[in-house]
Amino acid sequence: MMSLGTEDGVAILLTLKLAGLVTVLLLIVGTPLAWWLAHTRSAWKGPVGAVVALPLVLPPTVLGFYMLLAMGPAGPVGRMTQALGFGLLPFTFTGLVIASLLYSLPFVVQPLQAAFASLGNAPLEAAATLRAGPVDRFFTVVLPLTRPGFLTATVLGFTHTVGEFGVVLMMGGNIPGQTRVISVQIYDHVEAMEYARAHGLAAAMVIFSFLVLALLYRRQRPALL
Amino acid sequence: MERDGYTGHRAFWFRFAMTLAVFLTVLVAHGDEVNVAVAANFAAPMKRIVADFERDTGHKVQLSSGATGKFYAQIRNGAPFDVLLAADEETPAHLAQEGAAITGSRFTYAIGRLVLWSPRSDFVDVDGKVLQRGNFDHIAIANPRLAPYGMAAVEVLRSLGYYDALVPRIVEGENIAQAYQFVASGNAPLGFVALSQVMKDGRIREGSAWIVPETLHRPIRQDAILLGHGINNVAARTLLAYLRDNKARSVMQSFGYAW
Repeated sequence: MMSLGTEDGVAILLTLKLAGLVTVLLLIVGTPLAWWLAHTRSAWKGPVGAVVALPLVLPPTVLGFYMLLAMGPAGPVGRMTQALGFGLLPFTFTGLVIASLLYSLPFVVQPLQAAFASLGNAPLEAAATLRAGPVDRFFTVVLPLTRPGFLTATVLGFTHTVGEFGVVLMMGGNIPGQTRVISVQIYDHVEAMEYARAHGLAAAMVIFSFLVLALLYRRQRPALL
Repeated sequence: MERDGYTGHRAFWFRFAMTLAVFLTVLVAHGDEVNVAVAANFAAPMKRIVADFERDTGHKVQLSSGATGKFYAQIRNGAPFDVLLAADEETPAHLAQEGAAITGSRFTYAIGRLVLWSPRSDFVDVDGKVLQRGNFDHIAIANPRLAPYGMAAVEVLRSLGYYDALVPRIVEGENIAQAYQFVASGNAPLGFVALSQVMKDGRIREGSAWIVPETLHRPIRQDAILLGHGINNVAARTLLAYLRDNKARSVMQSFGYAW
């Protein structure tokens, strides 16, 4: 039987912690951003939408490499974090969270944007005539009507962060309990020619991803993909 | 007219086929092509050696550089490499045992040197006392599970007795190229890298370095081997012989390798 060692256990817990935190943060940041993208007529819509979508098309190694340079002591982000007394972000869990936020952003923003756009203005205008305030309108009208979009965004944001590899490899430094996530651990097992251990983790990951996606797609037509 | 058009076509296709045949013959006769998998630490000297080799022999070399463990998996699964220049002795030995490489062809083409390096001048002293001072947040090494240079770095820290104190500050690159990247980008102020990565024309290119005495770790013997895919490839055998030639060895020496 495929057994999972304690090292693998640490990697799994770390990955779940990372993906959970990133998903929550992305829903908080991504919802207003998706709303703005769905409704704005600003000239910035194109550029902002493109920046959000960049992680979809860029190789993770490109993202990871630039993040490593940007967050390094000579990079703009690195200078800022050092000036603020946070030190440098590469090789830290916080650094991974920030990198993952960028990396998984389109997977949360795009389904939400599609859901908000297809909602249209009519329900909101109706609610406004009934004197519902903006906050009230969002929670009692928008949220219930766009629930499938939120579900897709949450699942894709989470699973995509779980599957993140290239960025972590480029700026993680492979520190147990800090930056050594499941995908990196699998890679190490493969490279070290310990195929049995790699199989244990890899098979678990395939099954997990399949089950989550199967559940999601059984409930609804996906808003993305 | 009809008939002329037909023969005209035939003449065209005949000429076309002949030209193609001549062209292909020229290509093939020009020399054999050899696909080489080379360990990341040896990529830079190998490019120089290959340039000489192609000029001297007329053969053509396709280089792929990467981690030795990855090449092992790829070769086991049918990757079309003719020659492996590994970062260790074990991988070529394994491949020979498993029948994926030619046993008698294995030899040590280079012995690597480890160096503690920082891009900052004055940061690493020539005796490596910086390890004792410990005035750094991170120290980069290659993953000791995967890379011989990483294993050697751990052995050095153990022999000096600093390993336990420094463990929390160690960051690991997937291979020696990535360990170098961590240091070169300044994210880790110093790290153990291959001498070949920071040496050019017999001197340390920039920054400060401690060339680690070979008594502090087991020698990093890097073996080459002819793979099953290259068994009938003349260029592959010629290249392996070329690696023992003085011309190749003087390039290796300028990058800090012995043999």
